[in-house]
Amino acid sequence: MCDTCGCNITPGNLRFAYKPLNGTTAVAVLKNLLARNDDQATHNRYHFDQHRILTINLMSSPGSGKTALLEATIDALHHEYRIGVIEGDLDTENDAMRIRAKGVPAHQIITGSACHLDAHMVHDALHQFPLSGLDILFIENVGNLVCPASFDLGQHRNVVLLSVTEGDDKPSKYPVIFRAADLVLFTKSDLLPVLDDFSPERAEENLRNLASSAPVIQLSARHALGLQPWLDWLRGQLVIQRSQVDQGESIRPRIQHDGAHFPEVSI
Amino acid sequence: MHEISLCQSLIDKVQQIAVTHGALSVGLVTLRIGPLSGVDPLLMQHAYPFAAAGSLAAESKLLIELSPLRVRCEGCCSETEVEPSFLICSVCGSHHTELVSGDEMTLMSVELVTRGEVGHV
Ligand SMILES: Nc1nc2c(ncn2[C@@H]2O[C@H](COP(=O)(O)OP(=O)(O)O)[C@@H](O)[C@H]2O)c(=O)[nH]1
Ligand SMILES: [Mg+2]
Ligand SMILES: [Zn+2]
Ligand SMILES: [Zn+2]
Ligand SMILES: [Zn+2]
Repeated sequence: MCDTCGCNITPGNLRFAYKPLNGTTAVAVLKNLLARNDDQATHNRYHFDQHRILTINLMSSPGSGKTALLEATIDALHHEYRIGVIEGDLDTENDAMRIRAKGVPAHQIITGSACHLDAHMVHDALHQFPLSGLDILFIENVGNLVCPASFDLGQHRNVVLLSVTEGDDKPSKYPVIFRAADLVLFTKSDLLPVLDDFSPERAEENLRNLASSAPVIQLSARHALGLQPWLDWLRGQLVIQRSQVDQGESIRPRIQHDGAHFPEVSI
Repeated sequence: MHEISLCQSLIDKVQQIAVTHGALSVGLVTLRIGPLSGVDPLLMQHAYPFAAAGSLAAESKLLIELSPLRVRCEGCCSETEVEPSFLICSVCGSHHTELVSGDEMTLMSVELVTRGEVGHV
């Protein structure tokens, strides 16, 4: 996927990718970029924790219903919590406009041709976005089941959406991302009656075969079906996060990608 | 996924090692990649010559070993080799397992050419 997009060079990390040497151009001095990304992610998490915010990273294929879920979630929770959204999904203001139409602050990250968000891009967004007073911050990642899994953004929880139109074999085909999920949502459940090839049981079994014990919730954002368990999960995570922060701790996604490992080699 | 930039950071590390040891050039670079690393070995192999160009590793070869995917069972404590889409214990079938290896990408060794001889690091 990313081999076609040259994806790792994003506006947020460009400064690490190339450093002109004595006026000559484009000398690669890229040093373990993933490690730098992790440092940045830790720093982002520090920002979130200072503001006692719960940050949720939403990942899925394009069109699985991330923005629709955010709209339905905002409708249900806007009296209860102050919500903010960082949009990375599309290179337009469309998704951010849909969120702002709900009266919620939204920042659109312009990803160019990149097919994932990285911690630097999110950090740049954080400094243009008022965090004070927020309870929950959602980051809508770029629609892609491959790379977003490998980039820690500083989020506290990973939520992976699988729409029932995509096929129940997706967890088996994309184990890296589904293994990283703290919660899996089967979305567009209103369509289940007309789709005979998606079995929620089979999809969940495929997830369990990845040794994942992440809870699974089936819902329809469009028809506001099954939203309650999702909203309760969010409320619960916020409580956990706040109590951790009050003890000087923080919550982290269950699985953190190891990333590239280049040990010091000695003779 | 990010093979081009991963290759650049790999070459950077290799170059650093070569310079530290006063090498003239680099021979063979051995990398170990796990099936759940999110790194595609083929794309890594394709990106390597481009990343290596202009470095001490310009003439080097990249050898990629695939590391086994292994899980340890929390129930029966067995350690078994598994498939990427099937990470449960192959002895007792328990879903409560922990990944032992298979999600990493590790630089294993770098062969250095010093004064026409080949040395192994
Ligand atoms: N039937 C149905 N369609 C939905 C649902 N949620 C989203 N969609 C549709 O799926 C398409 C993609 O949704 P969107 O939220 O933009 O997906 P995103 O790319 O993941 O943000 C849109 O046409 C939505 O109207 C749902 O619960 N039921
Ligand atoms: Mg969207
Ligand atoms: Zn990418
Ligand atoms: Zn900062
Ligand atoms: Zn077992």
